[in-house]
Amino acid sequence: MAQRVVSLGFPSFRKPDALPVLPPAQPDNATSDDFDADLSEGFLETLRAHKVSRRRFLGYCATLTAVLALPAALAPRVAEALAATNKPRVVWLEFQDCTGCTESFLRSSDPDVGQLILDLISLDYQETLMAAAGTQAEAAKATALAEPGYLLVVEGSIPNNVGACTIGGQSATDILTAAASGAAAVLAVGTCATFGGIPAARPNPTSAVSVSDIVAGKPLVNVSGCPPVPDNIAATIVHFLSFGSLPAADGLGRPLFAYGNRIHDACERRGHYDAGEFAVTFGDEGHANGWCLYRLGCKGPDTYNSCPTTRWNSGTSWPVAAGHGCIGCSEPDFWDTMTPFYATLPDVHDFGVEATSTEIGLAVVAGTAALFAAHGVGKAVQAHVAGRAARKPPAGDEHAPPGHGDAPAGGSGDQTDGEAAP
Amino acid sequence: MSQRIVVDPVTRIEGHLRVEAQVEGGQVTDAWSSGTMWRGIENVILGRDPREAWLFAQRICGVCTTVHAQASVRAVEDALGITPPLAASLIRDLIALSQIIHDHTIHFYQMQAFDWVDVLAALHADPVKTAAIQASLSDYPTSGASYFRDVKGKLQTFVNGGNLGPFANGYWGHPAYKLPPEVDLLAVSHYLDALAFQRNFIRVQAYLGGKNPHPQTYLVGGIARPIDLNSDDALNDEGLAQLEDLFTSALNFVTQALLPDLVAIMGYYPDWAKIGAGTGNYLDFGDFSSTGVPPRGGTLNNASLFFPAGVIRDRNLTRLEPLDPMRLTEEVARSWYTYSGGNDEAVQPYAGETRPNYTGPTPPYAHLDVDSRYSWLKSPRYGGAVMETGPLARMLISYAAGRPQVKTLITSSLDQLHLGTNALFSTLGRQLARGVETVVVAQQALVVLAQLRELIASGDTQTFDDSKWDPSTWPSSARGFGLHAGPRGALSHWVEINDGKVSNYQVVSPTTWNAGPRDASGQRGPYETALIGTPVHDPTQPVEILRTLHSFDPCMACAAHILDADGTELLRVKVQ
Repeated sequence: MAQRVVSLGFPSFRKPDALPVLPPAQPDNATSDDFDADLSEGFLETLRAHKVSRRRFLGYCATLTAVLALPAALAPRVAEALAATNKPRVVWLEFQDCTGCTESFLRSSDPDVGQLILDLISLDYQETLMAAAGTQAEAAKATALAEPGYLLVVEGSIPNNVGACTIGGQSATDILTAAASGAAAVLAVGTCATFGGIPAARPNPTSAVSVSDIVAGKPLVNVSGCPPVPDNIAATIVHFLSFGSLPAADGLGRPLFAYGNRIHDACERRGHYDAGEFAVTFGDEGHANGWCLYRLGCKGPDTYNSCPTTRWNSGTSWPVAAGHGCIGCSEPDFWDTMTPFYATLPDVHDFGVEATSTEIGLAVVAGTAALFAAHGVGKAVQAHVAGRAARKPPAGDEHAPPGHGDAPAGGSGDQTDGEAAP
Repeated sequence: MSQRIVVDPVTRIEGHLRVEAQVEGGQVTDAWSSGTMWRGIENVILGRDPREAWLFAQRICGVCTTVHAQASVRAVEDALGITPPLAASLIRDLIALSQIIHDHTIHFYQMQAFDWVDVLAALHADPVKTAAIQASLSDYPTSGASYFRDVKGKLQTFVNGGNLGPFANGYWGHPAYKLPPEVDLLAVSHYLDALAFQRNFIRVQAYLGGKNPHPQTYLVGGIARPIDLNSDDALNDEGLAQLEDLFTSALNFVTQALLPDLVAIMGYYPDWAKIGAGTGNYLDFGDFSSTGVPPRGGTLNNASLFFPAGVIRDRNLTRLEPLDPMRLTEEVARSWYTYSGGNDEAVQPYAGETRPNYTGPTPPYAHLDVDSRYSWLKSPRYGGAVMETGPLARMLISYAAGRPQVKTLITSSLDQLHLGTNALFSTLGRQLARGVETVVVAQQALVVLAQLRELIASGDTQTFDDSKWDPSTWPSSARGFGLHAGPRGALSHWVEINDGKVSNYQVVSPTTWNAGPRDASGQRGPYETALIGTPVHDPTQPVEILRTLHSFDPCMACAAHILDADGTELLRVKVQ
């Protein structure tokens, strides 16, 4: 991932990485030397027109393959899909949303949003970006829906209360149901669409529900987060356009490449946690020196997301790095289950019931850290994923791997997924 | 012949806006603005810890993703008597200023450009001429004919692909488009550049707040980003240098691209200086104090505020009236809410209540009952008067207050267009004001950054005051308000705290001021007034209506978010 951005001809006003970018956690284990891909002469011509070398393009595809936690052997597949001339069509609907997920999508860097909406996909309906409005917008949607097989992206929750969300005089439920019927797959983006989010938080004033509560019988993936990490949205779309299917998912329907790891386990401050070094108040010496934010309410120990590794905004930072605890925004019902946000988690699951940060610190001092690191953590992660899976099976998801304990990092599941593509 | 046209969804905005307009003789004779989505976030905040209210309030909007967080912590700090350290206030201001720059840039290039720019006509452009036009406008670095030829080629490839994606069904070829193809090509090029710019520039918020959208750094009492020149895990010299780099890139982009592009494009649309005037009354709370003191209205701290507070009535720029936040009210006579004290009441937000009462048609529907209630937005009023807020209001108030930076840029921009100050009261004026504001804000961001550096150099690095973090230090009952200048205008949050929990929470957003429906006395909201007189060449292709609506930069999720504890009685239906 050293070469984060390959411009396909869009001029970049500033050099792309003025801020420090931490070494990426995903291994850059495939390079352009490792594979070849069957690229059409027309596409090569396009690359030349954009002053992008073939080698550079293949290197970019290798990076993307690594981001998706796919085997390097699948990189040619990604390259050929990106070079394909018939772009997959995307219909993006917004319901009870804040447009934060669309905004996050606009921050995509791998690939960037310009490449996405102009080169890689055909964004046939997206209210925030589309030129048409009113009747013309509705007509654009009707045209898109008339030809089944598109990827349906949904942002925002759906209210059951009459009149709480209408677009073009239609209820959100009717719009979603109609659009889902012809979709090849459904991508629920953001915690509102995936799990109900803030509209569904206590007391759920509009009886808001998630996409999976309404859509059944379609492949569905939940890219959660408030909002999701930009590159996770883009990578999920790229996976779909590369393989014609959704990425392997956990028990909550979330792609394993992005949600397979616990924040706490990938956190750059984890060493301080293990050493019992905690910031106790905001602005204290520990806080200024990057100590663990657990006692300030960090929900990293209970949250699955890629923030510590992908980081945000072209790898610039993420909340814990900037000094504020994780609020668990990619987890179901986090507005109710993770609050009060500034209260310390009552227990940390991988250390057993009722273990406190003090006890953990003592335990580390007592020399048991190696044991936890070697066995306890990974096992607890699996148990945790399995526990969550039992809590809420996603509706209509055909892509959750059968045994979550088997492949939490999504190795074999992805391979199967790739092979199953048309 | 009079006919009713409906624009729903109004696209290239935040959220869900519907407009119904009566069109007669080729122009709009009446209009109704409706917010058609509502979540009830204020109700969700009730009963929670006031220290985390900002995280909930922030989710009102993911576009102006900092403003509700900022107003929320200010309201709670006001209630609890907390003054955040100066360094924290300056960092909050840097985030807020970056938000204005970012929002205005996306608004111009991604949201409203297609009302004025014909994308497909750009295919007929001569790249050499476009390069000449670019050279005449500014020193923008990517400006050669080969650059524009590349963009044109890319656009041609895209169009040849046969699927226009987000450009499908646009109003291309509509006679309302007046630009030469060469300027269309310039704008399309900068559409792409702006996409790249915004993605890079917003790293300011990632660096200071961990991420964007929804940066995660606000605290009641300061911010969570520590300053320590000796730590890699805090804001340090390297970080400050990088912030300067990013803010400098922003200043370059808005002075070399955004404002000159805007002036050049508006030069082809002089008619729009006479269209879309609106109410003629303008309001802003002011913001960005060099002393770290939050805006409170009145004239007390206007001297220290970068944006002065005030009220202008009847387009009279010679009289700037002091602003009193207590004169702010909201009405629901034409909204889908009721008031316990009578539906025709005007209620100050401290006493605010929001009881939803959807009386609109059951979807699917063709028309709203505009003679009755027709929106999820309330109608904010100032002493009973309709007010427009936003960049135009702020620039007019700054102009009336005699701020030289604003006066100079407004005057020079108008001079280039051969227009007088009366042209500001229009759809074109709103665009121009937003462009000028982006430039002065980008300049101010570097001033604030320099002030922060001096403060740090003097040894003042405190970013959080923990003296009232513990709820046991709070009074059993308290209330407060927070004012803020968001990209779309005057924002206020009003909080009441009892026994350590939020007992009432009210938000009055800029778009509620602008997009709200008629009030009890029948006064139209600013959108509705501004649309009257807007020409409509072809009622089936109402691009002109979009121009005036987009000139306000609608943010509907901000505008309709409100519900109180009694608010769960909406009619429910069983989902099929």
